[in-house]
Amino acid sequence: MADAKGLKIDTMRSYLGRARGLGTAKGGFNHWWMQRLTSLALLPLTLWFVWSLTHLAGAPYATAHAWAGKPINAILLLALIAATFEHMQLGVQVVAEDYIHTKSIQWTVVVAVKAASALLALAAAVAVLKIAATTG
Amino acid sequence: MTDIRDAQMVGRTSDGRLVRRPLSGHLTVYINFDMVMSVGHRVTGCAIAVGTIVMVWFLVAVSAGEDRYATISWFLRTPIGYLLLFGWTAALWYHYCVGIRHLIWDTGRMYDLPTVDRSRIVILGATAVLTLLTWLIALT
Repeated sequence: MADAKGLKIDTMRSYLGRARGLGTAKGGFNHWWMQRLTSLALLPLTLWFVWSLTHLAGAPYATAHAWAGKPINAILLLALIAATFEHMQLGVQVVAEDYIHTKSIQWTVVVAVKAASALLALAAAVAVLKIAATTG
Repeated sequence: MTDIRDAQMVGRTSDGRLVRRPLSGHLTVYINFDMVMSVGHRVTGCAIAVGTIVMVWFLVAVSAGEDRYATISWFLRTPIGYLLLFGWTAALWYHYCVGIRHLIWDTGRMYDLPTVDRSRIVILGATAVLTLLTWLIALT
C-alpha cells in the first residue's frame, strides 16, 4: 500500500460528498449478504447431500424413491434446492457482470440465468413434493 | 494529487489514515498461484451450476417412475457420466474449501501472506482428500 504522504485532500468536504458518485448505494449489500447466507446454509446441506448420494449410488428405484420421500430428506432437499439456486444465480450474475462488457448481452445473460435458476429450482421442488406425496 | 483520476484512488484505512487504494494485480505484469485459485473458484462455481441440471434431472427421474430412473442410471454409468460426476465432485469440494476460506476472510482473519501460503496447501489437500473419500464411499 502506498504511503499517504503528498496526498492533498480537501478535508472540509463531508464523507458523503466525497463518496457520492464513487459507487453504488443500491442493492449491493443485500446481494453480498445473501451470497454469504446461502453459502453458510450450503455448508451442512452439501455435506449431507453428497453423503446421501454416495450411499444411493447404484441403488434400485424403490430405494431412491423411499429415500427422497422420507419427510426429513424431503425437507432437507427443498432447503438444498432453495439455497443452491439462489447462491448459483447470485454467483453467475457476478461472473457475467465482470466478464461480459456489452451491456445488452450482459443484461440478457443475467436475466436468462435468473430465469433458468428459478425454473430448475421449481422443477426440482415439484419433483420432491411429488415423491413425498406418493411415498406411503 | 497530480491527476484528477487520483481522486478515485483515495481511501481510508479502518484507523482513519488516508491512503492510496491498492491496485489489483495486473495479469500482463505478473500472475501468481492465488490469482489462479481465485479464477478457479469462479470456474468451479460455473461448472457446479451446470451440474445442478443433473441434480434436477435425477430428482425429476425419481418422481417420474422406474423407466426414467433407469435412463439416468444408465447415463451416469457411461464413461462420460463417470467423467462428469468425478469432475463435479472435485469442483464441488474445491469450491467448498475455497468458499470456507472466503467466509473466514470476510471476518478479516487469515489475510497475512504466511497464512495464505498455508491455507492454500490445506485447500488443495482437503479437495483431493474429500474427492477421493467421496468416491471411495460411493464405490464400496
